[in-house]
Amino acid sequence: MNWSSFSDFLAMGGYAFFVWMSYGATALLVVAEIAWVVKQRRQSLARARVQRKIREWSSS
Amino acid sequence: MSIHWFKYASPASFYGLAGRLIPWFAAAAALATLAGLYIGLVLAPTDFQQGDSYRIIYIHVPAAWIGMFTYLVMAGWAAAGIVFNTRLSGMMVQALAPTGALFTFIALWTGAFWGRPTWGAYWVWDARLTSTLILFFLYIGYMALRASIDDPRRADRAGALLTLVGVVNIPIIYFSVKWWNTLHQGASVKPGSSSMATVMLTGMLVMAFAAWMYTIAISLARVRSIIVEREQHSAWVGELLVAEGHVGAPGTSGGVPGSKGEKAR
Repeated sequence: MNWSSFSDFLAMGGYAFFVWMSYGATALLVVAEIAWVVKQRRQSLARARVQRKIREWSSS
Repeated sequence: MSIHWFKYASPASFYGLAGRLIPWFAAAAALATLAGLYIGLVLAPTDFQQGDSYRIIYIHVPAAWIGMFTYLVMAGWAAAGIVFNTRLSGMMVQALAPTGALFTFIALWTGAFWGRPTWGAYWVWDARLTSTLILFFLYIGYMALRASIDDPRRADRAGALLTLVGVVNIPIIYFSVKWWNTLHQGASVKPGSSSMATVMLTGMLVMAFAAWMYTIAISLARVRSIIVEREQHSAWVGELLVAEGHVGAPGTSGGVPGSKGEKAR
């Protein structure tokens, strides 16, 4: 363990701004990418459902 | 042998394979991220020269590695697409590009926030930084090119060509710190030797492994959506929707007057 307290950890030896801007932006972007992929999956399935309906109608 | 290999070159069978693999890669990514963050942010000591600003390394270096490596994998799929003309190749290139762009951006961003306390500038037109910015533009260029071509198969070919031309940039990034006199430091980790303390190196390698596993998991998840999107007119996707429970089985689809399901009831 390198830190004596949690506030010591947050302060990052005076480099808090640079360290947390790096880690924060990375976390935000990764979460955003996962959300985007989940949304993409829902949309692709929804479009495929429509196509399936059209095939059902046209074959009946 | 070749028959076995090309089985998974069909989007329909690759869709299933990717679905089975994703949880394993995602779990590996999550565990390695937790372990890597613990090693890097809690266990590892403060650097005697750079203080705690050096902790940006645990994101910066893995992101830069994966940003470059993903491009090489993209180029591999692009080449396979040109040689074998398989549909899956173009889909994989398409699935990898956003994550490659993401990690390249993270490398540039974290580099800026590391450069400021270390060099006194967020950005300099150094060979390493400039060639990495070009890598980011190559990813963006690939995605813009795809978006501008309506026919996906033509977009595959044009995108593959662009990807293969751009691959020349990767050795330029990697060797830039040797070929030119750069402000960016030289490689701390080379095959067979390292100038870093063991605990710091371990944290960095674990984070690199996490980023690698994440990239595989997220690209496989993305390629599944791309496969469904691009094969939505085919019968197998229709069957898949039923098999995965996204629609009711034939006869229970209901709600659509005059459909086969309605008549059967």
